[in-house]
Amino acid sequence: MSTSHGSPHPIGVSPSPDGPFWVVLTGNPNCGKTTLFNSLTGLRARVGNYAGVTVERKEGSLLGASVSRPITILDLPGTYSLSPQSLDEQIARDVLFQRLPEVPAPGLVVVVIDASNLQRNLYYATQVIELGHPTVIALNMVDVASQNGVEVDAAALATALGVPVVPMVASRGQGVENLRKLLITRAQQGPEPREPRSFLELPSEFGAAAERLEAQLEGSFPGRRRFSVAEAVLILSDDKVLQARPDLYPAAILSAVALARSRLEKAGVDWRSAAIEARYARAAAIQTAVTRELSPPGETLSDRLDGILTHRVWGLFIFVGLMAVMFESIFSFAQFPMDLIKDGFDWIASMVGEALGPGDLSSLLTRGVIKGVGSVVVFLPQICLLFLFISLLEDTGYMARAAFLMDRLMSRVGLHGKSFIPMLSSFACAIPGIMATRTIESPKDRLVTILVAPLMSCSARLPVYTVLISACIPNLRWLGIIGLPGITLLGMYLLGIAGAMGMAWLFKKTLFPGEPAPLILELPPYKLPVVSVVLRHMWERSKMFLRRAGTVILGINILLWFLASYPHSNEQAGRLSDQRKELIGLAQASGISVSDLGKSTGTETNSSVVLTDIQQRWQALASEEAGEKLRTSYAGRAGRLLEPILSPLGFDWKIGVGIVASFAAREVFVSTMSVVYNAGTSDSGDERATSSLAEIMKREKRADGSLAYTPLTGITLMVFYVFAMQCVSTVAVVRRETNSWRWPLFQWFYMTGLAWILAFVTYQGGRLMGWG
Amino acid sequence: MESVTPLSTLQAGSQAVIVSIQIPPESRGRLLEMGVLTGTRIELVRRAPLGDPLEIKVRGYNLSLRKHEADLILVRRD
Ligand SMILES: Nc1nc2c(ncn2[C@@H]2O[C@H](COP(=O)(O)OP(=O)(O)OP(=O)(O)O)[C@@H](O)[C@H]2O)c(=O)[nH]1
Ligand SMILES: [Mg+2]
Repeated sequence: MSTSHGSPHPIGVSPSPDGPFWVVLTGNPNCGKTTLFNSLTGLRARVGNYAGVTVERKEGSLLGASVSRPITILDLPGTYSLSPQSLDEQIARDVLFQRLPEVPAPGLVVVVIDASNLQRNLYYATQVIELGHPTVIALNMVDVASQNGVEVDAAALATALGVPVVPMVASRGQGVENLRKLLITRAQQGPEPREPRSFLELPSEFGAAAERLEAQLEGSFPGRRRFSVAEAVLILSDDKVLQARPDLYPAAILSAVALARSRLEKAGVDWRSAAIEARYARAAAIQTAVTRELSPPGETLSDRLDGILTHRVWGLFIFVGLMAVMFESIFSFAQFPMDLIKDGFDWIASMVGEALGPGDLSSLLTRGVIKGVGSVVVFLPQICLLFLFISLLEDTGYMARAAFLMDRLMSRVGLHGKSFIPMLSSFACAIPGIMATRTIESPKDRLVTILVAPLMSCSARLPVYTVLISACIPNLRWLGIIGLPGITLLGMYLLGIAGAMGMAWLFKKTLFPGEPAPLILELPPYKLPVVSVVLRHMWERSKMFLRRAGTVILGINILLWFLASYPHSNEQAGRLSDQRKELIGLAQASGISVSDLGKSTGTETNSSVVLTDIQQRWQALASEEAGEKLRTSYAGRAGRLLEPILSPLGFDWKIGVGIVASFAAREVFVSTMSVVYNAGTSDSGDERATSSLAEIMKREKRADGSLAYTPLTGITLMVFYVFAMQCVSTVAVVRRETNSWRWPLFQWFYMTGLAWILAFVTYQGGRLMGWG
Repeated sequence: MESVTPLSTLQAGSQAVIVSIQIPPESRGRLLEMGVLTGTRIELVRRAPLGDPLEIKVRGYNLSLRKHEADLILVRRD
């Protein structure tokens, strides 16, 4: 590493007039590009053991680069070839073809190849080398290759390809330093000139046609002269590029291509497959020349695992079993840490309350801020567990198997197994799920998947389900392990899946009819998950959850506290304070100290009948006062305004406040209910101060004295949350990914309409059956 | 004995060589680029629990295809 430039440059000033040196990482899906990127830059981009984890460009700067010549590393989505079939693959092609104005010409292209899957990786690597950019090969996963009994001779490979080859195990950082040094040297010395080279021995007719086209391309695009040959072969053999973007080429070239193809057809040459066959022939030859088999190929551990996990009979049982274990453990294991967090927040609230004394500020801080945010943060352990499970699914390689197992079911609704991966990701959050649809080749299928992905229950619904289940569903257990709460939770997730499937079927039938697209899905070998990757991944996502709690939810809560606390009604206050004075008088007459009034009844063993009676009246008064205050507050008025549309679902106006607030983000329901019920408490000695939200809800009564949260109300409310589109960020992402407001608006209305109708059916149906 | 049959009829665990691919040209591009070509040796690894899709092994890696496509890939058993 060169530090010969003396004094370091001040941070933030680009010392190099021509900007940083650009290094582009490209390669087949799942070959370890992002793992390498993270290792080079120290960043934490998402990795996982299935094709299509990275779906957008990511930049980072190389750690250890000299200050005088910073190096920017660009991580790209994986692609099987330079003839892209999906949006994520297009990004890689566009960068290499310098079609994106915001990405400068690469100073160096690093093609990452998977040593354990050499032939197919060489197919792409030779395509990229032919583009003539300065290129280096990162020969990754040599550990997997040697486990399979295969040794790749890096030096021989470098000779065969005509570019340097750096062997490595990116997941363990082995060999990454060599690449880092090489990048730094190249950045300093500038690109080294390289002879253009082709790996193809094409049929002579095809070769001649390509040469004619090459001359024309050189004339039209002198800037890309370096790879005119390669481009000529590509546009001759790929009918999709020209169909999709005819504007990229002048008409003369389009007609030359058409003419050349018809000539080739006459000569009996298949212009679609000629170049592919020639390239695979070469890739196979190179592979044979550079690999040595140390042991005869046999069944690998991964093959044997697959024999069980995708077994004809057991496969589906294991899949369902895994899901059930996931939900049961989310419920049971998380309980203890959740209690701890809750106690922590209560303690902070009581300290702040004591320090400030009674008053509006204290109420805002304790009830609006601390309890409101606390009510959401409490769910951190559950969220962590959920993310842990998803990370494990992603990093072991089971994700692709889930898609494999579910493909049959998905084909019933007209989608294919690949759509199941974005849907599974949506269990964490619909946003990465919707981004992941970029890997779906058919635009129609992609749109359908985007439209239904938010029906999968995301992590933001988990707090809502949990609170409602704890408040409304009896904790019945059978055989000691299977519990009604866990089953209800699983049921809600299944309901979301069923809803997504049903709607996908409907959309495919009505809006987007058409043939099913062929499924071409790679099943990567299982890998032992890298513990640090899984934990880091879990933590990164959990941090996002915490950040939301500290920003969006905090903001909404403060607003809500105001809406739920103002205006104070003078007339009411006057009436109630008269009654209160009367009670105090009564107490003093019986020799009871006023401070005892707020204590909950019967706390002292020798409490007299009179005391108990006065205490009870005092508390009834306090909650009447609180209820009155809330009813007349702005939030209360708004909630009551909504009663006509909510009462058919069995929801009172307080729930209405929660529902409206959670159209910003679902988990706001929990914090809102916490503010609504806590803002309603009196200042002193109310036992609500330390009850959990679920306990408060359990005790909540309607005006007619019946319980507000019956099992039926709980289920109805959950059904509503399964279907309603209550997430501003998802709307924004759908807008971006579909490039119009049409689809996000459509999605919002269909989901929310569906939510209302199904909640209505649930509630009214339940009442007809005599529940609730 | 040599015989030409669709890939989808192979027994799980058996190998064959592709002799022709009858998938319409417009939609076979990606399959070819994945290395499923005439003359390529291919193994049917297993069928999914519900009979579809299939898992095949080609050029040293595993790939999943639907029966619909596998019906159109003709192979010669050896
Ligand atoms: N055994 C082994 N595993 C590796 C190595 N490099 C990466 N992996 C694992 O391979 C999987 C894929 O890695 P990623 O970095 O996500 O691959 P990618 O090329 O970015 O994949 P896409 O973004 O989907 O194109 C992950 O599970 C990694 O942990 C390696 O050298 N050896
Ligand atoms: Mg990646």
